[in-house]
Amino acid sequence: MATVEAKNPIAKTALYAALIGISLVFALPLLWMVSTSLKPEAQTLTTPPRWLPDPVTDLPKNAIDNYVGRTAEGGEIVARGVLNDPVIDFPLYLRNTLIVAFLNVTGMVISSAVIAYGFARVKWRGRGVMFALVLATMMIPFPVLMAPLYVIFREFGWIGTFKPLWAPAWFGGAFQIFLLRQFYLTIPKELDEAARIDGCSHVGVFLRIILPLSKPALAVVALFQFIFVWNDFLGPLIFLQHRDQFTLALGLQLYQSQAGNVPWNLLMAASTLILLPVLILFVLTQRTFVEGIATQGLKE
Amino acid sequence: MSSSAAVKQAKVPGRRFPEWATGVLFVSPWIIGFLLFMALPIGLSFYYSLSDYTVLEPPIFVGTANYERLASDPVFWKVMRNTILYAAISIPVGTILALVIAALLNTNVKGLTFFRAAVFLPTLVPLVAAAMVWMWLFNGELGLINTALGFIGITGPNWLGDAAWVMPALIIMSLWSVGQAVVIYLAALQDVPTSLYEAADLDGMGVVRKFLNVTVPMISPVILFNVIMAIIAAWQVFAVPYIMLGDGVERAGYFYTMYLYDQAFRFLNMGAASAMAWVQLVIILALTGLTFIISKRAVHYRA
Repeated sequence: MATVEAKNPIAKTALYAALIGISLVFALPLLWMVSTSLKPEAQTLTTPPRWLPDPVTDLPKNAIDNYVGRTAEGGEIVARGVLNDPVIDFPLYLRNTLIVAFLNVTGMVISSAVIAYGFARVKWRGRGVMFALVLATMMIPFPVLMAPLYVIFREFGWIGTFKPLWAPAWFGGAFQIFLLRQFYLTIPKELDEAARIDGCSHVGVFLRIILPLSKPALAVVALFQFIFVWNDFLGPLIFLQHRDQFTLALGLQLYQSQAGNVPWNLLMAASTLILLPVLILFVLTQRTFVEGIATQGLKE
Repeated sequence: MSSSAAVKQAKVPGRRFPEWATGVLFVSPWIIGFLLFMALPIGLSFYYSLSDYTVLEPPIFVGTANYERLASDPVFWKVMRNTILYAAISIPVGTILALVIAALLNTNVKGLTFFRAAVFLPTLVPLVAAAMVWMWLFNGELGLINTALGFIGITGPNWLGDAAWVMPALIIMSLWSVGQAVVIYLAALQDVPTSLYEAADLDGMGVVRKFLNVTVPMISPVILFNVIMAIIAAWQVFAVPYIMLGDGVERAGYFYTMYLYDQAFRFLNMGAASAMAWVQLVIILALTGLTFIISKRAVHYRA
């Protein structure tokens, strides 16, 4: 541990003050988002701004109104909320996002795990060059590819389906392959050499030794890929065509742009809803996250 | 070595596959994906960039006309200028901010997990949601930022409605997501050997000099890597300005990738879009190469 110590009490106080201040500034936009989402529309426009609804006891009622909404038995909307809004269909967009995420993440984890084994454990001519090529592709940004990819997917008849959003993931991703290869290299070679001498094939070594030992790394890949798909905006914008196929990111943008006149408290409630699953995942897996991000800096 | 290989060979019954074929087979999904979703599009886009192509009809070869049209297109230069300006300010400022926060966290503070989480969390916010939250914060009349400025007697600008303030607003917002860099730098800082700091203490170095003369050189490869990734990311800026501004407000927040997107999918001009893609690819490769060359002396790789 190479942590630097602040011994002087004044320095120590200044350090804590700085860190608390920084944390507050970073947290403020999200706190304001949640705060706005719990107020009735009229109170979003007050100056000076309030952090809590007035009266505070209305908070649960506001939460239900803004998030769930209230619909009378005849189907008439009493309180317009995100989930009963006639313009957007949040539950449908959630379902679409989960379908795409499941197919994409599954494909990415399986294919990258297999490919990384070929780079970490099998010796073949050209392996080094090929791996350098994998790393080099990380520099090619998606916008460079998006126009011709659209043409290719159009030839396949994939435009207006979910396929462009998950099928390419089944061919591995450069960063994911890199991350898993690095992890495989930390597994003692003696383990698979012993198995090979006992007559185990490469497929056997991969399935019985490498995969079970790589669960933490596979979890990192799955986690990052899920967040990526959940947040992706440009991909769905280009490849999806019908409203009933929209993912949450696209649906939220539709809510803001085409619906028009959506009050801020509802927009903030919708934003909170789309952030919530990511937030929960982060809280549950913070260590995995931080370690996964930190390994990115080790690419050289 | 050869004898152990011979032993292995002899003891593995029914092994049909030579080692190289096994390797290629394991890697084959990536090879197919690379050819289909990367090499083919890049090749096609070069051909399209030399063609008139609307998707609806087959491409017609027109030579370098698309590139020439771009060179004399004021909107192309506008998005180029916006993108470069954004990168030139947000990357250095963001890097320094991330290093400072990482250095503050790399002390014996209690509650490290909490502080790190607070700084990192914004990087996970879906861009669509982030765009909306900041539109609300930047709101000229009712936004939290202008209200706060009002308390200290400053009349805040109409951030996203005034062409002069759009770029500052977007750069401020970009600083909100330095958390990823902070986490990477913090991990690198924790790897710097304590002995170096002890030596620096003996030399009587202060905190700032220690940071500049010991810490920064030791983690310079990580900084270089992050800066390169940030340059690549700057050319891809899309969702936030697309949602907040589009090509409005005198195109003050109109970025390279937004114009490329509009060329391809709004104007159905695949030729121009592909030419823009190639210009972008060449610029990114050149900038990355340049960053490496410039920093060759400055970056210190540990043995």
